[in-house]
Amino acid sequence: MSETETKITLSQAGAPLRGRAAFRFRELTLVPAIVLAIIAGSLLSPAFLTTDNFLNILQQSSELSVLVIAQSLILIAGKFDLSLESTVGLAPMTAAWLMATDTTYGGSGFGMNVYPAIFILFAIGAVVGLVNGFLVVKLKLNAFIVTLAMLILLRGVTLGITNGKTLFDLPSQFLYLGTAKWFGVPVSIWVAALLYLIFGLFLRYHRIGRSIYAIGGNAEAARVAGIGVERVTWGVYVVGGLLAALAGLMLTGRIASVVSSQGQNMIFYVFAAAVIGGISLNGGRGRLLGALTGVLLLAFLQNILTLAQVPAFWIDAAYGAIILVSLILARLTGGSTRQA
Amino acid sequence: MTSAQTRFEGAGRPESVAETRGISKRFGASQALGEVSLAISAGDSRALVGRNGAGKSTLVGVLTGIITPDSGEVYLAGEPAPAPSRPAEWRARVACVYQRPSLIPALSVAENLFVNDHPTRGPGWISWSTLRRQAEQVLADWGLEVDVDRDAADLNVEQRQIVEIARALRCGTRFIILDEPTAQLEGKEVARLFERIRDLQKNGVTFLYISHHLEEIYEVCSSVTVLRDGKVVANAALKNMAKEAVVAQMVGESTKLAGAGDRPSDARLPSLEGTPALAVKGLCIKRWVEGVNFAIASGECLGLAGLAGSGKEHVAEAIAGTLRPSAGEIEIAGVPLQPGSVDDALRKGLGYVPRDRDARAIVPQLSVAENLTLTIADRLGPAGIIIPARRSRQAERMISDLEIVAASTDQLVSELSGGNQQKAVLGRALASQPQILVLVSPTQGVDIASKQALFAIVEGARARGTAVLIVSDELDELVVCDRVLVIFKGQLAAEFAAGWNEEDLVAAIEGVSPS
Repeated sequence: MSETETKITLSQAGAPLRGRAAFRFRELTLVPAIVLAIIAGSLLSPAFLTTDNFLNILQQSSELSVLVIAQSLILIAGKFDLSLESTVGLAPMTAAWLMATDTTYGGSGFGMNVYPAIFILFAIGAVVGLVNGFLVVKLKLNAFIVTLAMLILLRGVTLGITNGKTLFDLPSQFLYLGTAKWFGVPVSIWVAALLYLIFGLFLRYHRIGRSIYAIGGNAEAARVAGIGVERVTWGVYVVGGLLAALAGLMLTGRIASVVSSQGQNMIFYVFAAAVIGGISLNGGRGRLLGALTGVLLLAFLQNILTLAQVPAFWIDAAYGAIILVSLILARLTGGSTRQA
Repeated sequence: MTSAQTRFEGAGRPESVAETRGISKRFGASQALGEVSLAISAGDSRALVGRNGAGKSTLVGVLTGIITPDSGEVYLAGEPAPAPSRPAEWRARVACVYQRPSLIPALSVAENLFVNDHPTRGPGWISWSTLRRQAEQVLADWGLEVDVDRDAADLNVEQRQIVEIARALRCGTRFIILDEPTAQLEGKEVARLFERIRDLQKNGVTFLYISHHLEEIYEVCSSVTVLRDGKVVANAALKNMAKEAVVAQMVGESTKLAGAGDRPSDARLPSLEGTPALAVKGLCIKRWVEGVNFAIASGECLGLAGLAGSGKEHVAEAIAGTLRPSAGEIEIAGVPLQPGSVDDALRKGLGYVPRDRDARAIVPQLSVAENLTLTIADRLGPAGIIIPARRSRQAERMISDLEIVAASTDQLVSELSGGNQQKAVLGRALASQPQILVLVSPTQGVDIASKQALFAIVEGARARGTAVLIVSDELDELVVCDRVLVIFKGQLAAEFAAGWNEEDLVAAIEGVSPS
């Protein structure tokens, strides 16, 4: 796609231009793949091309899509956060534990009110982000290993507080995001869509958004330009933690309980979606629109694999293979500047 | 000299754009700068020269607020310099265009001009149309031309420099430091850069120009400051100071420039009869090289000259095996090399010094000893085991042979000066006792004394029968060659025997009608 665009510009300007056109098209390289997936899906099953199924697909991927925003921000700033998926479990688990009156199922017996509990849920996300940011920015530890350790630690804490039990019977306010509908569309879809809009505009049109790109692209140059590199990077980790806590709340609402393994393995799909959507693992490149196409492609694929009655034990293998193929396609169509 | 010095050191003169008084800076045991005083007046363009390690980088760091001196004062635009914690204020007074790019690759040219200072509406919301217009305006005001919509990553070196200069001017500074700006430019680009510098000077921009090329400073500078061992040893108008005098001050002892006269008079031209040490036959490299043929005899030194992009470096890479040629054969001592195999080339007797030392030659995280023995690791013990004692011994021998200045064999190679790093790279290429040594711009960014030391090492290898190929467009480097081939747009265009005339060679390199 962008390849042809580039060539046209080339021959017209007589100079190796990878200007605006190429930049804009780079974000949409996955659109043909999504269209192809939709066509394949509608041929495979009459149940695919229905409003219900589409809303279902979107709702099921809403939590993933919020995590992808968080990871994209952090990746664009040139860092990593693997621990997001553990926050998805820990934040709602802690809140649910505090709210529970019954200790027999692993609750705390405190019976905390739902609103302070939700506040605590977000506070946990923010604190995890603060700690990650401190370790990565201040102590200059490697982001990969720090957040990997954090992933293991937080998952362990989630298991520990309830002895591995599942908490349910949660107040309806706590489940609101995952159960309610506005104009016939689940709230979690609205929330995800709104967040994409807000963060997309922020990254494109706000000074701080641009400074995230500057930091990921060339931290030294950003520092010289007067950007508070450490402050912004740290802030990005905190926002990432908050978004992960929100994703946890949405997921809890949808399944009406908190499992101690909530969010487990999500981080792989988060990375897959972000990277096939054009977010560079080396920092400084990529846009949320692209990341969103990555999420949608994965969501459609998952749905189609299920509808196509691929044996449950083979779904993961098929999924992994498809992700690999889309990475290769993204590289072939996206040109050399994409560091997929 | 004394009169010139007083002329340039009127203290606190309002028209001086940059001035240092008694700046000293110490890093650990070494005194990087000692009592450095200089003043650069508005409209002047000052050259800053000195050997590697003379303190130029430290001085630039002090002048740009990156390094805080231990003592002394800095004045910018006639006023005391801002506190080190206020980068924005420094940026409004001084800027440095480094060799290393400082643009943000994924952002457009327009945005790079306005990083962290975007034109905004409301609380931080960027207006892209205004930004684009203002960026074009800045470039137009200063007569600079770059497409503002391009990503910085897609710019060539010349365009990148233009954008960095424009960014500095946009921030309000009228004092710009250029750190070896011509190091990565080719002939025409250098000429355009000089023209641009002169234009900007007319419009009130003052330059501090750092270069190893003395011809250049005579072309664009009016005065010169020479640093040696962290001290200012000369401060003079260039019209009062001949090139030899500048060199003498840099070196501190009488050393003449490497020149044609240095070639031993009894140098026999090695005969090309019998099997050549290296034969390149019908070499083609897609997009770059078309049918290049040449041969080098044992003990011969051949130069391969050409512009950047002429294909000369691609020929070198094809020989070294880092690039796979599309057609043709390369033979070392009559044995054809496996195309595109570095390993095969090394085994058949190639020593290679690539162009970009930082990117391709040294491993900065490793010690001097490890870097020196990287190509001969298999000879340091049985079955791939490296015996540390043997490695140190080998490294020590190489360090003393090559006269590398290093604290110990365990010192990180990245802590050495540029010249010494280059000696280590050359030493490594020689460690395997190669039959053919391929050197690409081997003395780039290296001071004159180190240059001579490097050539002495090459000369030693040559005397032992190693054939040498020097790929370069520096006349200084080509002067040691027995023959020079000129490559132009991927084809050999001319051949010169030693003792060539400078103008003829440059004309051939530039592709100007070889008569």
